[in-house]
This record gives sequence, C-alpha cells and structure tokens, in this order.
Amino acid sequence: MVHIKRLQEEGMDIISVIGEIDASSSIELDLAIAKSVGEGFKKILVDCSALEYISSAGLGVFMSYIEELKDKNIPMVLFGMKEKVLNTFSILGLAELLHIAATKPEAKKLAHELSV
Amino acid sequence: MNYQYNIGCSLSNLKGIREFVRSSLKDQQVPEIEMSAIVLALDEMCSNLMIHAHHCNPDHMLELHIDIPAHGKFIFEIVDDGSLFDINEFHEPDLGNLVHQKRKGGLGIRLVKAIMDNVEYLKRDDKNVCRLTKVIK
Repeated sequence: MVHIKRLQEEGMDIISVIGEIDASSSIELDLAIAKSVGEGFKKILVDCSALEYISSAGLGVFMSYIEELKDKNIPMVLFGMKEKVLNTFSILGLAELLHIAATKPEAKKLAHELSV
Repeated sequence: MNYQYNIGCSLSNLKGIREFVRSSLKDQQVPEIEMSAIVLALDEMCSNLMIHAHHCNPDHMLELHIDIPAHGKFIFEIVDDGSLFDINEFHEPDLGNLVHQKRKGGLGIRLVKAIMDNVEYLKRDDKNVCRLTKVIK
C-alpha cells in the first residue's frame, strides 16, 4: 500500500512517501514523522513525488503535527505533489496550513527560510 | 449502467473499493481531477462506515452500487445493516480547532460534503442506504 523511505541531506530528514495512504496505512506516515522528530531533526522534508493517493487519514496525520512542529521550531515542507494529490489538500484548505513546495530545491530553500 | 461490489469491513479492502469505483467510471470521460475526488469520497464514506458502524469486523459486509442514469450523472449507494452513521447530523469541527487539538479525525466528512452534490440516507429492505449523488457537467 505505502512504502516509506528516509534519507538525510544537508542535515535535513527527507521522508519519501511511495504509493497510497488511506485509513489502513496512515499509521506508517505517522510513525515516520514521529521518528524524524524523535531523532532530533530540525528540518523535515516530505517527498510526495511518488505519492499516488491520500485520504483524510493521511491528511489528518500531517495536521496533527502542525502545532507540535511549530512549538519545536521544526519546519516541515512537502514537495513534488501530483496535481490530483494536491487537490485533496486544497479541497480542505490544508494547502494554506501546511508548507508545500513544487520541487526539492524549493522545499530546501523554504525550510531554511522558515527555520531562521 | 449499474455496477455492484460487495466487500467485508476491513480497512485493507479500501484499495479494492477505489479500484472498483475507478474501473466502473473509466469509460465515462470523467476528468482525472474529478475522478480522483469521487474515488476519495467513496473511500471516505466506506472507511467511516467500516470504523464507526462495523468496528472493522471483516465478517460484516458493505454493498456498493454505482448507477449512471444519464451521461455525467452518478449515483453511488452504500448499503449496510449496521448502526446508522448520518454525516448530515455530524458537525464538522473547525480546522483551527483540529490543528490546536492535534486531532487526526474529522476531515473525511468535510471532504465528502465538498466533493459530492448530495448525501442522503434511506431505508430499503430494512437496510441503511447512504446515497451520494454527483453530476459532472
């Protein structure tokens, strides 16, 4: 259903989400973000370029971290989203609540700006 | 045209529901953005029912019917015999409150209402029927 990989670049944790996130698999995303925060990363990028589908269960995971990451001053930037996936965020107005960039370089730049 | 799919209330079956909806609509010239939204709305309704009315018991069954009475008009029915879960009686929480409370739920219903033109409930043969209507112009 969903496959999650993590790698680190320039001190940032990059979480790649591959496949589909629904109510049966959103826990995987939750665990990956929790690990990233738990391991002390100060900037988190989420690579959504291979994310084919997300339902409210996955959106809820991103939303549930907004406050905690803000308190800890950890920017989380999502990037590479396909139009159909971005549309799901937009329907709910979440695109304004989360940090979303088009490409990885833009996401890195935004994460730097947000952490200043 | 009519299509029907019967499925047990296990969240691992949601993928099958998405595939069924997509394949039933594939010859209807539905734009990809609309298609993805419709698939999402059915996933949300079925997962809500599976979790809240059937506690994810795989022995409990849902019937999903798709009727296309006219070009661009789609009627989706989810039939079950669990306790009624009427989303019209559920007040969607404010987004700001959800963020503040770090809650993960409450978004699905908002999505379904935004995507579908109409959501109604009826009884048929002693079963609950949740009927979702979508018109694509």
